[in-house]
Amino acid sequence: MNISLRALLGATVSFTLAGAALAETTITVATVNNGDMIRMQGLMDDFNAKHPDITVEWVTLEENVLRQNVTTDIATGGGQYDVLTIGTYEVPIWGKQGWLTSLNDLPAEWDADDLLPAIRGGLTVDGNLYAAPFYGESSMVMYRKDLMEAAGLTMPDAPTWADIEKAAAAMTNRDAEINGICLRGKAGWGENMAFLTAMSNSFGARWFDETWTPQFDKPEWKATLDFYLNLMNQYGPPGASNNGFNENLTLFNQGKCGMWIDATVAASFVTGKDSTVADKVGFALAPDNGLGKRGNWLWAWSLAIPSSSDAQDAAKTFVNWATSKDYLALVAEKEGWANVPPGTRTSLYENPEYQKVPFAKMTLDSINSADPNAPTVQPVPYVGVQFVAIPEFQGLGTSVGEIFSAALAGQKTADEALAEAQTLVADEMKAAGYIQ
Amino acid sequence: MSTQSSRLAARVMVAPSVVLLFIWMAVPLAMTLYYSFRLYRLLSPDRTGWVGFTNYLWFFNSPDFWLALWNTLALVGGVLVITVVLGILIALLIDQPVKGQGMLRILVIAPFFVMPPVAASIWENLFMHPQNGLFAAIARGFGAQPILFLEEYPLLSVIGIVSWEWLPFAALILLTSLQSLSSEQLEAAEMDGASALSRLRYIILPHMTRAITVVILIQTIFLLGIFGEIFTTTQGGPGSASTTLPYMIFKQAIAAKDIGRAAAGGIIAVILANIVAYFLMRGIGRHLDA
Amino acid sequence: MARATSPRRKTLTTIAAWSVALIIFFPVLWMILTSFKTEASAVASPPELLGADWTLENYADVWSRSDYPRFFWNSVVISLGSTLLGLAIAIPAAWAMAFVPGRRTKDLLMWMLSTKMMPAVAVMIPLYLLFLQLGLIDTRIGLVLALMLMNLPIIVWMLYTYFKEIPGEILEAARMDGAGLIKEILYVLTPIALPGIASTLLLNVILAWNEAFWTIVLTTTKAAPLSAFIASFSAPQGLFYAKLSAASTMAIAPILILGWFSQKQLVRGLTFGAVK
Repeated sequence: MNISLRALLGATVSFTLAGAALAETTITVATVNNGDMIRMQGLMDDFNAKHPDITVEWVTLEENVLRQNVTTDIATGGGQYDVLTIGTYEVPIWGKQGWLTSLNDLPAEWDADDLLPAIRGGLTVDGNLYAAPFYGESSMVMYRKDLMEAAGLTMPDAPTWADIEKAAAAMTNRDAEINGICLRGKAGWGENMAFLTAMSNSFGARWFDETWTPQFDKPEWKATLDFYLNLMNQYGPPGASNNGFNENLTLFNQGKCGMWIDATVAASFVTGKDSTVADKVGFALAPDNGLGKRGNWLWAWSLAIPSSSDAQDAAKTFVNWATSKDYLALVAEKEGWANVPPGTRTSLYENPEYQKVPFAKMTLDSINSADPNAPTVQPVPYVGVQFVAIPEFQGLGTSVGEIFSAALAGQKTADEALAEAQTLVADEMKAAGYIQ
Repeated sequence: MSTQSSRLAARVMVAPSVVLLFIWMAVPLAMTLYYSFRLYRLLSPDRTGWVGFTNYLWFFNSPDFWLALWNTLALVGGVLVITVVLGILIALLIDQPVKGQGMLRILVIAPFFVMPPVAASIWENLFMHPQNGLFAAIARGFGAQPILFLEEYPLLSVIGIVSWEWLPFAALILLTSLQSLSSEQLEAAEMDGASALSRLRYIILPHMTRAITVVILIQTIFLLGIFGEIFTTTQGGPGSASTTLPYMIFKQAIAAKDIGRAAAGGIIAVILANIVAYFLMRGIGRHLDA
Repeated sequence: MARATSPRRKTLTTIAAWSVALIIFFPVLWMILTSFKTEASAVASPPELLGADWTLENYADVWSRSDYPRFFWNSVVISLGSTLLGLAIAIPAAWAMAFVPGRRTKDLLMWMLSTKMMPAVAVMIPLYLLFLQLGLIDTRIGLVLALMLMNLPIIVWMLYTYFKEIPGEILEAARMDGAGLIKEILYVLTPIALPGIASTLLLNVILAWNEAFWTIVLTTTKAAPLSAFIASFSAPQGLFYAKLSAASTMAIAPILILGWFSQKQLVRGLTFGAVK
């Protein structure tokens, strides 16, 4: 009797334990160490309260390391991650490979129609939404209102490149360590080439024509690079060929830049608590040259679920929570409207509370003025504003980025750099089978 | 004392190490060799096949290849010269009867405990940065223009950083060797009127030959594969001014996701390492009766 | 090499030696100081020292943002585990090479060292695929194995050079007593060689602790050590010098403290046979 009771008890205990283990799902989320992503990790109490059966493990990495790890994982079918943080460059390529799960079946209240059309379009392949945008960004001009005023200039809301050059010349003051303009110079497809490719669109340049022939030998690219080098050499900071987003942000926050053209998400940082110029920053659209295209890009850090994940349902639950309207409201409640992840939902920009945020309108206008399917003046065979959504672009962009970075460091002339880029890209496109 | 049975026992004892290391070397090497003749791009899994020597030819035809080769050797050579010369000087200095020798050793050994990515980021951000770095602040204090270390002297800057990391290792091995030198010998030479320089030349340096050999050998093995410090600081640039062979391979593997090319680069690097090892053993191997 | 020197010379050499040591140590010191400054103070120009804005906020921030104890514990397990396993395999091998040397012992040693010459980046994908097949990705045991094999040649070599200096007579004497081979290693050789083993252990713990390539490539969450912790702090949005310095200090502090306390043992065996 005694023994059988114990056996019965034991069986009950082990049964409940097994039941608990079954209900408990652990998902691994790989993410980039951006402010918005770190903030989400601080708000997980809300998710845990709503979904006690799902445990979320975070892998937070620096952007380059993250991309290296998740690409290796997904391409080799590693299955280490259940949710990936990837960008608008990866989504179309990976979606086409069948590496990602379609998110078309997210619940109706998630409201896919509320997504900004430009962003949604960049994440959709053949009618399937392969990633949910967490935040979207474009690029714009951030400038110092006080320095502009001192120079007797005003920044138009939609400046031309000539306006930018004039302002840079007027604000540069080497003795006070103030550089008229800070731009990306660090080599990398996501660093200087993101900026330069977007800039080249406003000069009417393109990476490839419709037959995938590289276009670096065309006058449009020469005009782009000449303008960039001249601007940076005359009014840029020293050592600019090593400056990426982070370096420029630090310089701007220290008051060492008159202007900075970069990601719209930087707006909340340059007006935030780590900035010494927080109350002196103005915003304007990225410049143009009167050709109908502006030099701004379009990017969205998005959450995607690899097909190899064995916790699809839990992963979808998490993606739904993290990219929902409720999440935006949650951030607003806890951290204020200025810290809400921007650039993904129309409803956010219709919210009168959010419209009070100083950079809200400029961000929306910037995002709306970029078109990944027709990035530049002439027709192109590719998708992407500041990148070309083909698998080869990471390598190509990095190599060309190095060449242009060397030109900025004064090791090459613009003509040499462009000739080198043209040869290199042509060779690689042949090797990759685009050009016969 | 090596009887038949102890020979057998010795073999049995060495076997696990040898077998494990052989697998550890042979399997990845075989896979790398295989991939080096294949078209294998991570992001284009549908395009595969044998490509002969195409991947190897890509390296040889790349305008960066010979520069990268030269940079690799310059990096290894530069760091070796700096660490050995400074290491000897530091060893000589610390070996003197100075106050607080224990504390001195603690300070000198510190860089060796610093993780390479941390070391690189300290130097890049806190020291060499053209606007926020300490060096720039010092230059401005003297009214001079800050030096653009990573832009104008990228390879030298990397050599400097790596030398700092490895200096303690060299200095400590050399110091241990120096401390085993009998003081009678030196005193006798001093009595005979030998100058400090000739004592160094004829007694101290010959005594340290073995230690120097060891430092060179071990450091070469580690230095040939260095790329983390380059990745953190210059990213091989500007242009390809500080690109080494491992970094070139890294770019093919990580940026271009071209595993075939990266594998071919790996095989080339192994061949290079063997050539270096050959000359190393011919040059200094006799000092090493291991 | 202690010789009688004049007090004046001693003062001079003391000053010189301390200056050199401080210069070498300075970058680490500067990083630690920066970690206690506010971000604004960390990038102030001219650099602030006495008048700096001191704070512990960076450490609180880094601590709250990531699970430091887990990264730390993984580092401990991986570096210590790989070293102990390596010692268990290397001690017999080094013993045999030192006391029963054959004609090819030297070649064998050189071959072992040469296995370290394959650049890690070139075998990254092959090894990743291999680990994937074996189910070793993101496991501590996988990293223990990888780092053990990576450092095994160094361990064997260090132990070998150390064992070789042990006079053979001691072993002969033990053999007379009828001690078996295992007993000979355990009770006779090991105690004599303990300082050398300790030194080898320390050096390899340091090498494993500082390894920052495979530890990042082969892990995600469960087995990620402090090198991955650093990778999550480098270059977030804006170069937060002070926070990066705080995270860096937290990553290297354990090994720095261990190294300082045990530097005598470490240095004693750090000869690689360089001392006759």
